[in-house]
Amino acid sequence: MENKRLVKVPTMAEMAANGEEPEVLFWVGCAGSFDDRYKRVTRAFVQILEHVGIKYAVLGTEESCTGDPAKRAGNEFLFQMQALTNIEVLNAYNIKKIVTACPHCFNTIKNEYPDLGGNYEVIHHSTFLQQLINEGKVKMQGGGEFKGKRITYHDSCYLGRANDIYEAPRDVLAALDADLVEMKRSRANGLCCGAGGAQMFKEPEPGNKDINIERTEEALATLGTGNGVIATACPFCMVMMNDGVKNKEQEENVKVFDIAELIAQAEGLTK
Amino acid sequence: MDNFGIENIIFLIVAAIGIGLFVWQIRKIRKNVLIGRDVELSDNSSERLNKMLLVAFGQQKMFKRMLPAVLHLFVYIGFLVINIEVLEILIDGIFGTHRVLGFMGPVYSALMFVNEILAALVIVACAIFLWRRNVTQVPRLARGVEMRAWPKLDANVILITEIVLMFALFAFNISDLKLAELKGHELAGSFPVSQLFVNAFGSDAGTLEAIATTGWWIHILGILAFMNYLPSSKHFHIIMAFPNVYFSKLLPKGKFATNPAITHEIKAMLDPSYQPPAPEVDAEGNPVMQRFGAKDVEDLSWKQLMDAYTCTECGRCTSVCPANITGKLLSPRKIIMDTRDRMEEKGEHPAIFRPNHYKELGVERVATTDEKTLLRGYITPEELWACTSCNACVESCPVNIDQLSTIMDLRRYLVLEESAAPASLNAMFTNIENNGAPWAFPASDRFNWAEELYVPSKN
Repeated sequence: MENKRLVKVPTMAEMAANGEEPEVLFWVGCAGSFDDRYKRVTRAFVQILEHVGIKYAVLGTEESCTGDPAKRAGNEFLFQMQALTNIEVLNAYNIKKIVTACPHCFNTIKNEYPDLGGNYEVIHHSTFLQQLINEGKVKMQGGGEFKGKRITYHDSCYLGRANDIYEAPRDVLAALDADLVEMKRSRANGLCCGAGGAQMFKEPEPGNKDINIERTEEALATLGTGNGVIATACPFCMVMMNDGVKNKEQEENVKVFDIAELIAQAEGLTK
Repeated sequence: MDNFGIENIIFLIVAAIGIGLFVWQIRKIRKNVLIGRDVELSDNSSERLNKMLLVAFGQQKMFKRMLPAVLHLFVYIGFLVINIEVLEILIDGIFGTHRVLGFMGPVYSALMFVNEILAALVIVACAIFLWRRNVTQVPRLARGVEMRAWPKLDANVILITEIVLMFALFAFNISDLKLAELKGHELAGSFPVSQLFVNAFGSDAGTLEAIATTGWWIHILGILAFMNYLPSSKHFHIIMAFPNVYFSKLLPKGKFATNPAITHEIKAMLDPSYQPPAPEVDAEGNPVMQRFGAKDVEDLSWKQLMDAYTCTECGRCTSVCPANITGKLLSPRKIIMDTRDRMEEKGEHPAIFRPNHYKELGVERVATTDEKTLLRGYITPEELWACTSCNACVESCPVNIDQLSTIMDLRRYLVLEESAAPASLNAMFTNIENNGAPWAFPASDRFNWAEELYVPSKN
């Protein structure tokens, strides 16, 4: 990047101190903050936010787990502790709109926080990116890196079945002018990556196969031979699909990318 | 049966016994369902009605799989339409009339015409269903630890009964048609199938009378018997599908129930001045102690118990479950079938009661204990911990059963009342408590991702 500038990611604390309010709060999530692979997605999404010039902010170190993995694991008590604490922070900052790249955070804040006093407009980054593309704010003139490339989209359960968001991520991918191919089990019939319901944090129960292997095999068969991309829109799906591709020793041919990374790359923001 | 006689009196008595027995069984089932916790589901009646019309009446979700959907549609429409003829049979039986609806002329002809076609299609569909279950053995119908002897027998009993009922109807129509022909007058109605076999029973008036009467009696007695078989059978779905879809979840599938009792507890913990509402009291004024999560059927809601009576054991949920597909023990269908078995063990049971417990059958893989509870007595923690909460089972169910909510409530009990989560999940809980993330990273590092981040400058 020859002409580049250093990004100073604005925090809510700073904004509030200056008496400002962001258009949208970017909820980064634990994976987006700590997982080395997903930190790249967070950074790609911030690059897009900076590029389109939206007034955004993050909570920084004031953010904490939404409580999703605790809730799905049955620990309602810990979930509500987390939720009530987060809601206190969000309400203190008078947050109205939240965008997040994690379907689990998205689902929890959108659907489960209202019962506990947290009412916000919550939007997943796939819908957010779709809107930016529709509004012409992201044009992908950066060079059709993915033009004609085989891409298959893996539905996240917490985005798809849980919240009926099937088209937004596909519309975003369609803007890449790539060769989109669908797996046999897709949309409402999509197969889970194996990480939901707090499975991410435990060993699988006894069986004859790991779920992510089953799903990766399906993705690889759909992509066929040659290079291809498995597109995801969820940090846990990304981990599972990456592990699956490695297990099948296909990491040279098949890459796993989040839809935000694909857009940032196509837009020339990451060079 | 042109005159009122002893036959009509016998018929009246038999019908009264049949209907009375059915009502008695329905009351038992109602009582069982009401073991469940109360839950308010009377909101949004127009949306609920719409859903019921689409999903239950309109069979919408069946059409995710074309072949069984079309075959099932034959049987379903056959059931709805042929019941109009059953109504006629009832009236004829009570008053000694013969084809009392015949006065409707062309409408009656059209009805009989459609009936005959449907009855033939029902026979074809049921024969194919028997083939799929017993010969080709479609995996979701033939396999799975919960497909014990009774569920398999039950399915075959239903299909064979339906075929017998249709044959009885044809026997009645064929001989009735031939008798009219012999007498030289025209029979009210139009009978495209029976017409083809009009000479099947010969032309002896006495024999034909006997066959017509026998066919009529087998059909009506068969229906009364079948009706009383329903409460013991998966076939009960023909009734329960409608209320179950009506009361199904209207919220996004990702929204899991919030327990307000826990909210009060936490609020009181965080703020000592917080006044939680007074606890619920029972009739004697004692506070109602409610378990967190579900250990047994009384901890589930009445809707979750109604789910169990609605299940027709088709196995679509299990066939799309990622855990089950990869060989784990979890089968969403088993969760629902176990709930019904346990409910009837604990509460009332209908006429035919065959719970077929895993332990006595020696189904070794299901490591149940002797506890008389749904959890561990029927459903083991291994099954519950295999769930990814992906909602594939819920999405696939043609009658809107919410398997996931029951799985989650059982999980909650394990964690909240027994602290019996797998060790790795307990470690995850500790991480969230200590550093606000499911992994052991210091909270102060949460914002490190933002370091050294560049974007192209616009000029």
